[in-house]
Amino acid sequence: MKTYILRRLLLMIPMLLGVSLLVFVLVYISPGNYLDALKAQRDIPAEFIAKKERELGLDRPWYVQYVSWLGRTVRGDFGESWSYRIPVAELLAQRAPATLALSLTSLVFAWAIAVPLGVFAAVYRNSIFDKLSALSAYAALSIPEFFLALLAVIFASQWGVFPTGGLSSIDHDYLSPVGQLWDYVHHLILPTIVLGIGGAAGLMRVMRTNMLDVIQSEYVMTARAKGVPENVIMFRHVLRNAINPLVTSLGFAFSGLLSGAVLVENVMNYPGLGQLIFQAFMRKDRDVVMAAVIIGSSMLIIGNLIADILLAWVDPRIRYDK
Amino acid sequence: MTSVSGPLLKVNNLQVDFGSGDTVTHAVNDISFQIRDGETVAIVGESGSGKSVTALSLTRLLPTPPAHYVGGEILFNGRNTLALSENDLRKVRGKQIAYIFQEPGTSLNPVFTIEYQIAEAIQLHRPDVTDVRAEAIRALDLVGIRNPAQRLGDYPHQLSGGMQQRVMIAMALACQPKLLVADEPTTALDVTIQKQIMDLLRDIKVKTGMSIMLITHNFGIIADIADRVVVMFRGKIVEDGPTGEVLRHPKHPYTRALIDCVPKLGAKQRRLRAIDHAEIEASA
Amino acid sequence: MTSDLLHQILRRRAGAFCLVVLILFYVAAFFAPLLAPYATSDQDLTKTYHPPTGVVWQEGRLAVRLYKLVDPTCAKYEAEPGQFAPIHFWVKAPTYHFLGFIPVSHRLFGVEAPARLYLLGSDETGRDVFSRLLYGSRVSLTIGLIGILITTVIGLTVGGLAGYFGGVFDSVAMRGTELIMAIPGLYLIIALRAALAKYFDDSDQIFILIVVILSFIGWAGTARVIRGLTLSLRNRPFIYAAEALGQGPVTILWKHLFPNLFSYLIVTSMLSIPGYILGEAALSFLGIGIQEPSTSWGLMLSQVQDLKVFMLNFWWLLTPGLAIFITVILFNVLGDVVRDIVDPKLKTQV
Repeated sequence: MKTYILRRLLLMIPMLLGVSLLVFVLVYISPGNYLDALKAQRDIPAEFIAKKERELGLDRPWYVQYVSWLGRTVRGDFGESWSYRIPVAELLAQRAPATLALSLTSLVFAWAIAVPLGVFAAVYRNSIFDKLSALSAYAALSIPEFFLALLAVIFASQWGVFPTGGLSSIDHDYLSPVGQLWDYVHHLILPTIVLGIGGAAGLMRVMRTNMLDVIQSEYVMTARAKGVPENVIMFRHVLRNAINPLVTSLGFAFSGLLSGAVLVENVMNYPGLGQLIFQAFMRKDRDVVMAAVIIGSSMLIIGNLIADILLAWVDPRIRYDK
Repeated sequence: MTSVSGPLLKVNNLQVDFGSGDTVTHAVNDISFQIRDGETVAIVGESGSGKSVTALSLTRLLPTPPAHYVGGEILFNGRNTLALSENDLRKVRGKQIAYIFQEPGTSLNPVFTIEYQIAEAIQLHRPDVTDVRAEAIRALDLVGIRNPAQRLGDYPHQLSGGMQQRVMIAMALACQPKLLVADEPTTALDVTIQKQIMDLLRDIKVKTGMSIMLITHNFGIIADIADRVVVMFRGKIVEDGPTGEVLRHPKHPYTRALIDCVPKLGAKQRRLRAIDHAEIEASA
Repeated sequence: MTSDLLHQILRRRAGAFCLVVLILFYVAAFFAPLLAPYATSDQDLTKTYHPPTGVVWQEGRLAVRLYKLVDPTCAKYEAEPGQFAPIHFWVKAPTYHFLGFIPVSHRLFGVEAPARLYLLGSDETGRDVFSRLLYGSRVSLTIGLIGILITTVIGLTVGGLAGYFGGVFDSVAMRGTELIMAIPGLYLIIALRAALAKYFDDSDQIFILIVVILSFIGWAGTARVIRGLTLSLRNRPFIYAAEALGQGPVTILWKHLFPNLFSYLIVTSMLSIPGYILGEAALSFLGIGIQEPSTSWGLMLSQVQDLKVFMLNFWWLLTPGLAIFITVILFNVLGDVVRDIVDPKLKTQV
């Protein structure tokens, strides 16, 4: 197992190199650069802009820029945000944990809803409950995330129980540690629901299908022939098998969550990686874009790895080192 | 082998239908037979003849729908299992009537260890057993698995097909049932393994004295083990008699056809016979 | 096959319902210039955030109520009692070109200026939300179809060739798909949008750009599955037979392999349409999709982010969200119906 994990981690390197190269080129060929805003102001002399361009290395060919960016990054220096005027690492240290927290809570939320609902829908197949949950799943899958986020903001502003955005309250620093934690949680609730509900619906449907599939299998007949009570058959024999494909989908889910976070964070004004990367793109803040993409991709790849490890853990048939 | 008391299992006029309305099929159509204590009865027929349906009906294991128990009774120890509550039925399943199935590879739950699967049966039906693990080892030992203690931690996929079927048998025997229903126990296995499993079943029959209901389509494997043969054809019983009698003097053309299907060693036979249903219908 | 599928869909209640409603949507989108009372950029700055006008039966014909702006600071309108403007049918309008070449100078219905017919209210510049919804539907209803077409062609070609030939081509193609899938989808979409925007400047071309970008993200998954299926089919006897007959790889792929993938393709295509609709809406909502003066449902929703809009409860501005929701749910249900018909064993995708 250890060698497998090590191998997968090593494989991350060429992958991240490819990702960084692709995105670097995309940023390079996108029209204009960070200095466009300065150029538009007539009172700034051209010499100043030229000097600035040299300073940022924007006058050199793209591959030279890439190599110098890569050299710095490998040494752990993510550069400086041109618009925020602080080191990118500092910016990421603020934003990445917020998105990670949001993604994880959404994932937990989705699973906590999807697994029981899917199981009950399968056990009480064709009942009113099954039909209602299928209908709600369609609704949840079909509502655009950003629209749901909008509705959530409207809801929050009219009802007043939940904050309309942000990571924490203005008085956060004056709260007790417990109060601070609650403050974070309080701000996380709505974004979590908005981001998690689509995934919950999808997972629920998969869970239901898997359960119905496994119920047909011969080992369920064996268990029944042994005299195992029906509820034990459902919640132990069937559930343990039906959940495996869900674990595989965990890695996949991460991609959706990070994408969804861009929308949810922007609408709900939640200061995470998604909001950061969108703004950085708009401002052509190259080093921030690069670092955020690298961090996002790393989260995605590691998420996939964790899903594969978990799968080996829950399914004895899967072993990676042979 | 005949016991003085009534038969262990007595099936009277059982009828099982699949589907309903226009598409109904009579999978089992008005059959009656019995199995006495300690007796081994082979139910022989092609796939679709209703033999597996009969076997599963004994403890109402068929999913309803599509199956319907339309009529008749199944008396096990004098109690009609078709009329038992789900709760009472669970005490019959595994405890009184145990099953082994055709595909050991898919009949064992892939995510549980051998120990868990055997222990589950023991805990359900023999609450007085304190050392469940030792009992599981004993069961594995009984079916001829070497180093049973080490095998306990294995998962089904780590065992060969023959081993898996032995585990299934061990699981079935662990609760000391009165009747073992073996539904095509060797069909999915290699020929050499088939022989081993059949030898094991005969061995167990001698050791434990339990009744066995052996479902098969293969006349070749029953000669040394079955006391009696019941032949099924299209949901009906067409012949029922002592094994030697039936093998030597088959009365029904279908039985003859089935016996002819068995390749004989040394016989100068170019082709294996195929069964011609129309011919049987005509001559029956 | 196709007519059979259609027949099967119509035999199921849910399938027939979704199909009929979707067809109505497509008809409405096609005839949008005729059905919409106003053009997309037809402003009236004196009637911003106008609520939906009440339609009443007045003196033997349909008429709309007239409204008075009571409080300009919070766009508060009140109906003027007894004041109506009759709705006319087949009214004269500025000439436009239907389908780009048929000159038409009428619209199906409207009211006489300066009165305005706002079936679903007006937006921040007094444009008719209903008309813009109709025009906007053209984007949402076509993007999925064009998207799956592109994705399927690329996915089939790359996946099919990779699975058939294996070797270097296979590993290059698969590393490429892995690369695309290693970047969170929307990150890559934003990057591509930023990089390619300069080559597509007018609004029609932006639409094409968005389809291309969304397809670029989508083909990787299709290609991988197609490759897997091709690999498993590759070693079947009928392929060897075709090879033995001397047929070339392209013929074999086209004639022998792809027909076997048809049911898979039709199901995944149907089920991936909502992804394109939602993707376009999200991009336009973020301001990097369809641009003004064109319209799309996502773009219309971006106005709602204005604090004023939701504090003052201009609910009619949320109707594009409802439109997306209904369209997507119709496609989702229809996709499931098709999956059940074509391949009941295919599992529900995440």
